[in-house]
Amino acid sequence: MTTYVLRKEAEVNMKKVSLVLTILLSAVVVLSGCGYNTMQRQEEKVFKAWGDVEATLQRRADLIPNLVETVKGYASHERGTLEAVINARSKATSVKLSADDLSDAAALQRLQQSQGELSSALSRLLVVVEQYPDLKANQNFRDLQNQLEGTENRINVARQRYNEAAAEFNSSIRSFPNSLTNSLLLHLKRKEYIKADDAAKAAPKVKF
Amino acid sequence: MLQKPAMLRTIRIAAALAVTLAVLIQPALALEVPPLRSRVNDYAGMLSQGVVRQLELLLEDFEQRESTQIAVLTVPSLEGDGLEDFSIRVAEQWKVGHKGLDNGAILLISRADRKVRIEVGYGLEGRLTDLKAGRIISGIIVPEFKAGRFDQGVVDGVQAMVDVVRGEFKAEDKKASRGLGSEDLAHGIPLLFLFAFIVFSFGRVSRPLGTGAGGFFMPFLAHTVFSPRLGILIALAGIGLVVGFILSVFAGLTRGSGPVHHSRRSVGGFGDPGGFSTGWGGFSGGDGFSDGGGFSGGGGGFGGGGASGSW
Repeated sequence: MTTYVLRKEAEVNMKKVSLVLTILLSAVVVLSGCGYNTMQRQEEKVFKAWGDVEATLQRRADLIPNLVETVKGYASHERGTLEAVINARSKATSVKLSADDLSDAAALQRLQQSQGELSSALSRLLVVVEQYPDLKANQNFRDLQNQLEGTENRINVARQRYNEAAAEFNSSIRSFPNSLTNSLLLHLKRKEYIKADDAAKAAPKVKF
Repeated sequence: MLQKPAMLRTIRIAAALAVTLAVLIQPALALEVPPLRSRVNDYAGMLSQGVVRQLELLLEDFEQRESTQIAVLTVPSLEGDGLEDFSIRVAEQWKVGHKGLDNGAILLISRADRKVRIEVGYGLEGRLTDLKAGRIISGIIVPEFKAGRFDQGVVDGVQAMVDVVRGEFKAEDKKASRGLGSEDLAHGIPLLFLFAFIVFSFGRVSRPLGTGAGGFFMPFLAHTVFSPRLGILIALAGIGLVVGFILSVFAGLTRGSGPVHHSRRSVGGFGDPGGFSTGWGGFSGGDGFSDGGGFSGGGGGFGGGGASGSW
């Protein structure tokens, strides 16, 4: 008789335990259904896209010293234009954003401003270069132009993809039920977009 | 259980709507990307039949040896679109190159604009740099084009691209890139246990409940791990139903040694073939490995690398 009661009790306990476990585990699953994982993944995507933007900007900055040296060899008295490029470059490379800054419109604006200045300094240099046929014929210079053009294109692509990732993330954290999960648990912030400003539009047009 | 087909239909309709929306939202001005028909897509009719075949064979052979995919596209005109903008859209749509290796490249020619571009996938950027691509264009392709020898320019240009990237990848690399990343799988294993546990728990209560739980949680968990396509989700729902049923049977056996009063439920709970049978269509999209006669991209990524030129 007692063994029967004990067994019955053990069975009831077992049921309770498995019920609690089921609820707990279901909660984990439901949480991921509420966009908990999705939002984090999308934010990671934004960060990765931003990393690509930074890498392409760095790539451009790395090309500049070489370009300046090459131009100097042929057009040394264009000192003003060359110095403007060097200054704009050092200013642009000094502006760095952390992951948090992506939600800060002012910080992103600062970066765009400095990169825009570099773009316009570069395009002025390339206009000046038009007056030096020897330089334009120089293989080293042509190669650099090639790389510069490729890099500008990469910047555009990276910028566009960042904006797409940011748009996806922004709409995700605003739509239900993700908005609820976000306001209760994650507190992820909206990401700012990179706007194509006028300075960026004046990016160097490189001709063959 | 009864709601399942209805729910799936809702999902399908929602997906179809999303696709339509995405198409509508795309700026009307942008030139449409032509479909990828084969390795050489001569929409502008610039190449002779023989050259097209010769290039096809060359590129097919190259892909079989090294898995690297190279495609050629000629268009009559860009219709006011930017060369680079159009080119990256072609690359994003065609996805030439294999997933994870990103070993694809596209030679794009617009006849009316007299423009050429080589678009290079991430995986080939190390060899086919912007510089090399630029030299192929300005040194090999443009001089031939200027003389009106389009066949020769394209053949030499493609040959130069092949020579530059030769040896970067091997055919075996392709197999390694296939399927899910190990990261996804590592993610999936605990979830697999979770799945088994949940279904088992439901299965202890009743067989149809366990079966239903299997049909629901299999695609659900898969969705949280790697967001597969709808067709695959539906197929997984079918597999989930079967697994759920089997687990429920086992769960039923462990339901305690008490009196066998639980009714022998019929296999009716296993029904619902509706959601199952509609699923297979989704597979036809394939992952684009060009084993058959046709050619399709394998999911390669592009980041705007390459060079442009004009003649």
